[in-house]
Amino acid sequence: MIFSTLRVVVPIVLALVAGGLILLALGKDPLAYYDFVVQRGLLSWSGLQQTIIRSAPLLLIAAGLIVAFRAGIWNLGVDGQFLLAAVASAALAPLLIAALPSWLTIVICCAVSVLVAMSWSLVPAFLKTQYGLNEIITTLMMTFLGISFANVLIKLPFNDPDNTVPQTMTLPVADRLGRLFDTTIHGGIIIALVAVLITHFVMTRTAFGLRLQIVGANPRAAKHAGLNVGRLTYATFALSAGLAGLGGAVEILGVWGTMRADWNPAYGLLVVPLVFLARFNGIAVIALTLFFAILMIGGESASRRLGVPNFYVLVLVALLLIFLALVEYLDHLSRRRKKA
Amino acid sequence: MTPAAGRAPAVALRGITKRFPGVLANDAISLALHGGEVHALLGENGAGKSTLIGILAGMLQPDEGHIEIAGARVRINSPHHSLRLRIGTVFQHVLLVNSLTVIENLMLGGAWWRRHDRRAALGRFGEISQLLGVDIDPHVPAGRLSLGQQQQVEIIRALWHGGNVLVLDEPTSMLTPQGVEELGGVMRRLAEEGVAIVFVTHKLREAYAFGDRISVLRRGRLVGGIAPERLRAMGEEEATNEIIRLMFEDSDGADAKTLVREGHGRRARAEFDRSGPAAIGLENVVTAAAPGECALGGVSFSVRPGEVFGIAGVDGNGQKHLAELLAGQRPALSGTIEVGGQPAGPGGVAARRRLGVRYISDERLGEATVAGHSVATNLVLKEIGAPPYWRDGMTQWRRIFSHARHVIEEHDIRTPSEHTLLGRLSGGNIQKLLLAREISTDASVVIFNKPTHGLDLHNTRLARQRIVKSAESGIATIVISTELDELLELCHRIGVMFAGELRGIVDNQAGAEARIGRLMTGAKAA
Repeated sequence: MIFSTLRVVVPIVLALVAGGLILLALGKDPLAYYDFVVQRGLLSWSGLQQTIIRSAPLLLIAAGLIVAFRAGIWNLGVDGQFLLAAVASAALAPLLIAALPSWLTIVICCAVSVLVAMSWSLVPAFLKTQYGLNEIITTLMMTFLGISFANVLIKLPFNDPDNTVPQTMTLPVADRLGRLFDTTIHGGIIIALVAVLITHFVMTRTAFGLRLQIVGANPRAAKHAGLNVGRLTYATFALSAGLAGLGGAVEILGVWGTMRADWNPAYGLLVVPLVFLARFNGIAVIALTLFFAILMIGGESASRRLGVPNFYVLVLVALLLIFLALVEYLDHLSRRRKKA
Repeated sequence: MTPAAGRAPAVALRGITKRFPGVLANDAISLALHGGEVHALLGENGAGKSTLIGILAGMLQPDEGHIEIAGARVRINSPHHSLRLRIGTVFQHVLLVNSLTVIENLMLGGAWWRRHDRRAALGRFGEISQLLGVDIDPHVPAGRLSLGQQQQVEIIRALWHGGNVLVLDEPTSMLTPQGVEELGGVMRRLAEEGVAIVFVTHKLREAYAFGDRISVLRRGRLVGGIAPERLRAMGEEEATNEIIRLMFEDSDGADAKTLVREGHGRRARAEFDRSGPAAIGLENVVTAAAPGECALGGVSFSVRPGEVFGIAGVDGNGQKHLAELLAGQRPALSGTIEVGGQPAGPGGVAARRRLGVRYISDERLGEATVAGHSVATNLVLKEIGAPPYWRDGMTQWRRIFSHARHVIEEHDIRTPSEHTLLGRLSGGNIQKLLLAREISTDASVVIFNKPTHGLDLHNTRLARQRIVKSAESGIATIVISTELDELLELCHRIGVMFAGELRGIVDNQAGAEARIGRLMTGAKAA
């Protein structure tokens, strides 16, 4: 237990230290930067709310990735699935709200978004089961297509003519996802937490989850054991994309109410290292996502104050990945030596 | 036979010691390899044969001791260096590029900055072919040759730069009986040319038939040997007894005694009233071929309860398709399969298992198990979702773990715990786990695919006992194997596969071996 915690904490600490050295080289005070990050991302009330709001889409994407990675499917197309689902909600909600109560609008929008994301993942799923094409390539390509396609949809059919900037019509603030108590935090975080916990439970405690894991660990053994590998592969893609799509819906229905062309937060590829760091464990993913959201939110204002580029957070993520791999490698070496 | 007495050995190993962490693989081994002599090196799995070959081939460096070539001390730094010293090695598994022609394969080792001289290469090919007495077309892709021919190409490659020493690692494991005879002839001709041949094997009979000198390794040590003069004076039985004594002397008595009997071709037939109606029957079954696979082209046979039916044949003649078809992993294009007198539908593995059909795959890690999951999970791999280990889709981990503890105890599976990852287990223990998983009281037909492949003698014996025991409980048993000895020991009848067809079914009586050997090469049943 201590050991596995260390394996997560050590790369994080190393990344923060190395990142600090880079700041030092740029002539900035790393301690001041990290201090700002913690102050703005965690310790100030408005910052904390921002952090929690940001966690919702990240957690839903992470839930989707847990399903996929545990089942041995490298769904790196979550960004495309997320964006198209967001377009669906952004386009549909302002239309439905004219005729339906807001809760029903939100439910329908979420469902449609999930279906849109699922159908976007159908192509790589089909190519994988039918022709054995590597889904890393196909899902990434589908993301490029998805980004462009989302733009096309917003600029052409779903464009709001009353607005000079290309964007969809706007869902009034009052009709968006409900706020929790007196805060600015919307209900999406609850949906996200429940989704992660259910995902974790299904993957570790049910026959369905074990089947997915067997397919992921050794597809030939799965076939030998009589599992329908093709059907389970489709199910994996659908669940993974569906959860990412729900993330897109929640972000639109909870935060923005509209979607602008060229909006692409690219959360998906940021979450991938977190899910690895958490070793596909849902509980650990929640903690790491919170940490990451603090870094993002705090980093945004700290960058502004200290004149550090905003993408410095990405540098930290990259360092985290490198050190994660390094610690993993060293651990592997020492294990082998111990075993031999 | 050219006696080598009085001459310096071509290659001498002096006190070779090689340690791997936790294992003493070679313990002060001294061997002399003489030109003109076939030196049979015998030993069980793990006796240190592969390490010794690796050192000769330049892939491993000894920790202590040294190698002398023609009396001069050398250090073999790399496989390339080994070849330059004219030590050629033919490994157990064929290492040819299938899509390249034979001559292209042989020219692969050339320096990259030099032009490929095809004519010179063909000349060299002709010389060596003549020396070996083999006839291979150098312009066909290597993939189209039979395994025996591919091995001959490997031997040609090993002798390409002039043969001084030729090391053959378990060369007979993939060959038909006729192929083995041919290999024996090749070795003899090379020995007459003065080449020193190291013939590594675990088969006592081949060591006696082809070896001029026999050395026995056990647990990394050279425990003894039989010099040429003595070997010539001994009869086969006497030699076999001597070798078994060397191989197993201080292992436990019962084991050694059984092994002695097995060394003489023991027969272990299951006793059961085999007059019942067929438990499983195939009628003209055909499967779809994918590239690189050998499909079934109209296979028919039936097996009765208590009968052990063997499937012989060189690997890759449709055995895998047959096994998968029986297990329900692969659909039939046409033809019928009956289990217990009822037509078995296309329902796949789960439906076939409900009918009592069990399949023990030959690919223990590749197919039969999931290495990254626990022993406990692997024991219920084929029952995911079914009670009592799942209730309403919920995994009852506690039950699964207690079931695993029970099975581990009952079947003597050596594992630190039921939570241990399966990949950490040895091959013998994985096989025990598979046997425990598949052979249960509700089994009516069990298919064993190469049940002893890669196991040491002790685990081989356990697995064979288990096969006999399952047949004696009334299970219709199908054993697919490339080891003819194994089938002759266990089976009542043996069918021979060739190119996806059952070329004939032979009753396992005197003379069966020769008939099976003929069928294995594709000849029709007389």
